[in-house]
Amino acid sequence: MADAAKETLKKEAASQEKGELTRQRRVFTPDVDIIERKEDIVVIADMPGVDEKSTDITLDKNVLTIYGRVEAVVPDKHTLYISEYGIGDYQRVFTLTDEVDREKIQATVNNGVLRIVLPKAEAVRTRKIAVTAGS
Amino acid sequence: MLWQDLERFGRLLYPLQDFERMHRALSRWGSPSSVDFPAVNVWLSGDTAVITTELPGVDPKAIDISVVGKTLTLRGSREPEILKEDESYHRRERWHGQFTKTIELPFSIDAGKVEAGFSGGILHMNLPRAEADKPRKISVKSV
Repeated sequence: MADAAKETLKKEAASQEKGELTRQRRVFTPDVDIIERKEDIVVIADMPGVDEKSTDITLDKNVLTIYGRVEAVVPDKHTLYISEYGIGDYQRVFTLTDEVDREKIQATVNNGVLRIVLPKAEAVRTRKIAVTAGS
Repeated sequence: MLWQDLERFGRLLYPLQDFERMHRALSRWGSPSSVDFPAVNVWLSGDTAVITTELPGVDPKAIDISVVGKTLTLRGSREPEILKEDESYHRRERWHGQFTKTIELPFSIDAGKVEAGFSGGILHMNLPRAEADKPRKISVKSV
């Protein structure tokens, strides 16, 4: 009953951004929310099955890459009866438009949700400029 | 008849097949419906079923699992992020809201012995087959 057509809820990555993987495994595109706040940008990604050790985040110039490795857990002596979702790694690449203070990036994983806080660099924070009435 | 028996056996193994075929035919016309959420994987052995589902960011205490006979029902919800006034979304792809999922298994479950664990956003359930539902071995005595 393993049926790929039913796996509609999880999106498989169309192509490998950084070439093929040496290990043959599936790679999915995690759903993300990106929220811009006054001082920072928050990236939240649903990556069930990853933890802090299996997540790699790199920022190369302004390209942010998220990679999460997932080890498939197959129960012993059982056969697959219904397969609605596939299991594999997660990858997503973003190009950041704002200047980010790379020293202060923070990332946490909780219950399969990755949360990255990218503080904006001092220079790009919007400053309020007081307008004084001319005489 | 051998053929009839085989057919009956096949139907017992895959009671969801007909429903799934119909569902797939229907869902081709519309967008993927929320009825199916969350997706589950089900493994079977002779006397246990293992069900896993991905529920990232859901509070495990708020997941409701109920078992009646052959049917397992999952209920839960995930709250949306609450933004302050000067915050805005660049992208918003993650789901939020309530979900209900019903899974029918090929055998009755012993509701008292169901075990469920939650780690890394994955719900893992172990459902033993009810004693009364297990096949019985009948010994043949020589007369």
